[in-house]
Amino acid sequence: MTATHKSQSVSVQVRGLRKSFNGVPVLKGLDFEVERGEIFFIMGPSGSGKSVLLKHIIGLETPDEGEILIEGESIQSPEVMEKYRMAMVFQSGALLNSLTVGENVGLYLTEHRLKSAADIRRVVAEKLELVGLKGLEDRWPSELSGGMKKRTAIARALVVEPQLILYDEPTSELDPLMAVTIGEEILNLQKRTQVTSIVVSHDRDLAFGIADRMAFIDDGNIVFIGTPEEIKQNSNPLIKRFVHAELGADET
Amino acid sequence: MFQNIGEMLLLLWRTLKALPSCWRNRHKIFDQLFEIGNASLLMACILSLFIGGVLALQAGSVLVQRGLGSVIGGMVGVSMAKELGPVMMSILIAGRIGSAMAAEIGSMRAYQELDALRTMNISVVDYLIVPRIVAISIALPLLVIFAIMVGWFGGALVSAYNPMIDIGLQSYFNNLRQVVDIGDVANGLIKSFVFAVVIGVVSCHQGLQTIGGPRGIGRSVTKAVVNSIVLILILDYFLTRFLIDL
Repeated sequence: MTATHKSQSVSVQVRGLRKSFNGVPVLKGLDFEVERGEIFFIMGPSGSGKSVLLKHIIGLETPDEGEILIEGESIQSPEVMEKYRMAMVFQSGALLNSLTVGENVGLYLTEHRLKSAADIRRVVAEKLELVGLKGLEDRWPSELSGGMKKRTAIARALVVEPQLILYDEPTSELDPLMAVTIGEEILNLQKRTQVTSIVVSHDRDLAFGIADRMAFIDDGNIVFIGTPEEIKQNSNPLIKRFVHAELGADET
Repeated sequence: MFQNIGEMLLLLWRTLKALPSCWRNRHKIFDQLFEIGNASLLMACILSLFIGGVLALQAGSVLVQRGLGSVIGGMVGVSMAKELGPVMMSILIAGRIGSAMAAEIGSMRAYQELDALRTMNISVVDYLIVPRIVAISIALPLLVIFAIMVGWFGGALVSAYNPMIDIGLQSYFNNLRQVVDIGDVANGLIKSFVFAVVIGVVSCHQGLQTIGGPRGIGRSVTKAVVNSIVLILILDYFLTRFLIDL
């Protein structure tokens, strides 16, 4: 991507977001704002609606009520996807199994014809090296471990040089060292490009290590928004249990 | 049902609108053509050879008893060109290629690959649907031409070498040449083109509608094949009716 392609990050506003599946409410009226260039972390128990929220933010789901605004423009408007570069790292990686690792990583550039074949190869090699997968361009996704798939998906997202990047459980299936590497890469990317990042994860170490602000979501509602320090001191019993839970610890 | 038909028509419309992207995606079309040919050519050959043979055997034994053995060539020729070639090949392709299309797109949907494409602002229709529908629309008529000729040859073998019929190759092909004209073959090709579009649209639509994991993919594949075959047989009547008047 050219230098001009790397532009400023974007803000995200979520207003009154509601969503039900088969009559079961999953998101019950969420309101929050993510500022330009911040790393916004969303935590909460499994099934609380975190991943559904991410899919709404990137326009993969349509809200029943409410709206999501990127720089004040609705994500539902077709021009927004053209106007702003957004990327999402899926929990499963969501690599295209019919393409090699290199083809997956370079897919955005190839399909939008943004660079020559030689340049695409160079960018792909660079991004793969960044996530510790140097030289694996010709491997197939089926030959990769879960963690390698996740890192390939991160490399694929980085190629877009996004203004907004969404991570769905970026460190699940990774060993602690690689989880730290990915966390550092999220931070570095934010420092380098001022990209706005929204991270959904259960990983407390990651959250406290990289988040500028955090939201705690439970049963489709946001119960807390604040800095990592504020969440640590929060008195809400559910948040306390979630933040301080340890195996064998007395919860009373 | 009506919702499905509406969605399929919408998919067809979006595919037609995206046709100019064909040239850009020509390598994907060639890949699909290669897959279709590779998966179907041998099967098409065997199937057509025996269809032609059975046709000659069933009709030939009756016609010869009535002293009409000389018309076997024309009968097999017209039947293969106008009806059995296009219909049987379309059913074969629905089972062989339509199922593969539905399974591939269905698994891409189930494992969020389609979502990943959308987040990269890559059109699923341009990237996946157009190359498949264009490839099958080219491949099926070509396969039908091949099947018609192999079917004629199968009929000829049985007519010449089965002692119950025994009319000779020359007599068979003379009659075939007198009866069958280019219009009959064109008739079959028009049908096969329509059936190809039906198989492509139905199979891709079912793939895109997949919900759930492996069980959902299996359900989509079954629906794609069954719906394609039902639509082929229904449309065959109306196309035949329409083409008879031309």
